[in-house]
Amino acid sequence: MRRLVTDTLVIAERNLVRLPRAPDLLLAFTVQPIMFVLLFRYVFGGAIQTPGYSYVDFLIPGIIVQNIAFGGFVTALGLNEDVHKGLIDRFRSLPMARPAVLAGRTTADIVTNTLSMTVLLITGVIIGFSFHTNFWHAIAGVGLLLLFGYAFSWVFAFLGLLVSSPEAANSVGFIAVFPLTFISSAFVPVASMPEPLKSFAMVNPFTYVVDAMRSLWLGAPAHNYVWGAVVWSLVILAVFAPLAVARYRKAAGRS
Amino acid sequence: MGAVESGAAISTRGLSKSFGDVRALCDVDIDVARGTVLGLLGPNGAGKTTFVRILTTLLEPDGGTAAVAGLDVVRDAANLREQIGLAGQYAAVDENLTGLENLTMVGRLYGMPRRTARERGEALLQRFDLVDAARRPVKTYSGGMRRRLDLAAALVAEPPVLFLDEPTTGLDPRSRLALWDVIEELVSEGTTVLLTTQYLDEADRLADRIAVIDHGRVIAEGTSDELKDRIGGERLEVTLDDAADIPAAISALESMSDERPECDGPIVRLPVREHRGVIVEAVHKLSDAGIGVDDLVLRRPTLDDVFLALTGHAAEEAPEAEKEEAAA
Repeated sequence: MRRLVTDTLVIAERNLVRLPRAPDLLLAFTVQPIMFVLLFRYVFGGAIQTPGYSYVDFLIPGIIVQNIAFGGFVTALGLNEDVHKGLIDRFRSLPMARPAVLAGRTTADIVTNTLSMTVLLITGVIIGFSFHTNFWHAIAGVGLLLLFGYAFSWVFAFLGLLVSSPEAANSVGFIAVFPLTFISSAFVPVASMPEPLKSFAMVNPFTYVVDAMRSLWLGAPAHNYVWGAVVWSLVILAVFAPLAVARYRKAAGRS
Repeated sequence: MGAVESGAAISTRGLSKSFGDVRALCDVDIDVARGTVLGLLGPNGAGKTTFVRILTTLLEPDGGTAAVAGLDVVRDAANLREQIGLAGQYAAVDENLTGLENLTMVGRLYGMPRRTARERGEALLQRFDLVDAARRPVKTYSGGMRRRLDLAAALVAEPPVLFLDEPTTGLDPRSRLALWDVIEELVSEGTTVLLTTQYLDEADRLADRIAVIDHGRVIAEGTSDELKDRIGGERLEVTLDDAADIPAAISALESMSDERPECDGPIVRLPVREHRGVIVEAVHKLSDAGIGVDDLVLRRPTLDDVFLALTGHAAEEAPEAEKEEAAA
């Protein structure tokens, strides 16, 4: 167990050390989310009715959740690259804790997720977002976001080990996650959707997490959203972490 | 650990592995004595990489047993990993880290404290002539530098058994020679090495014993000299000044061999029984007959000749059984 923790930290460090050296990656974590916030706020903002809130207040929790979910993409791409370049073979031949290569990746994602969340919050505040609740609720929201992001990193870890190339990881991930984030309450009120989409949006984990965030940051009615979001995150984690580790044990690497 | 003291460093019995219908390894029995180098020689797809992957616990065998440093590759996999280092064309280093960061990371994953791992990394960079590049990301390294770093990474924990999977494939001749020197030095320090290669000269130079593998089966094993002896002894090769002298040269040299000399343009070749005095005798006979000689050499068979004699085909690409692994 102690080995699992130290090995995980070694791998997390490995994945973070490269960040400042890869300006394009850093750009993906910062400039891209800012661009999306500005596009939504100023292109769609005027057309979307969000009863009870200004669109910027409505948008920021949604767009942060979407960003956090996609944060795990780096894990999918990175793991896939490790498999192809043979690094996974090296790791698997070392006397290290088996899940550490994956746990290190996903742990590093927590750091990058924190970074992009901070960038988005600052951008949000500049264009008019404000917290309507107290400090502790806001912090609880941050905690929930990181938990959800961590769970999604394991989804991407599994995906990265499953597909044959980084390009495939990219398109499969995009096709799987993008509609999930859109058919939810992230960008528009669910009530405005046509029937089959509305039913889907009501059970979508993204809706739970986004509504939980609006409750924690804006004081919207909580209903079961906060607990629902925590349960969803834990379920995703409980399903995909073992799947990813099992896949890693078998990862053939290059022959 | 009694087995380690007395037994072979690497030992396999009936080791088999299939990928779908392709039999990548078939009943492989191999022993490598401690402190020696076994060269596993074979074309692409012969099963070399599959063999290494099983011995380094990356792949489980379908049948048979294998032990490294006395530890079973399946039952004792976790302990076994502390005893081995793996390098070669597929084991790799992180391109986004510097050379020193790579070695420090590997050391820590072997369980060393950060400081020890770092010191060990610095010593290895020194040894592998990478000090100047120690703080540069690996993506700026040349192919030869990467291979040296890769080998250094395999040595961080000073493992008693080292697996080198085609360590020089794809390298330019100069880097190849440099890597050979490094490997020879390691071997002189007592490390047991299993080296796979498709280069016959590489096995010839580095290995104490050579196992020739083809289509997943070991088809011959022995020292380089033993293998060469299997296809006969030495051959005398005489290049004449004038091709017209061929019949005269053949009758002059005939008595030196049991077989009839062959000729090819101005060159006469004949197998000889005895090594000693052959050249002097041939020179005398030819000059007595008044035949002008341009060149005269005594050739030992090369491992290429051995491979051809053993398999009936040259050491070239076979159907790529090992590629199946990626799909498996």
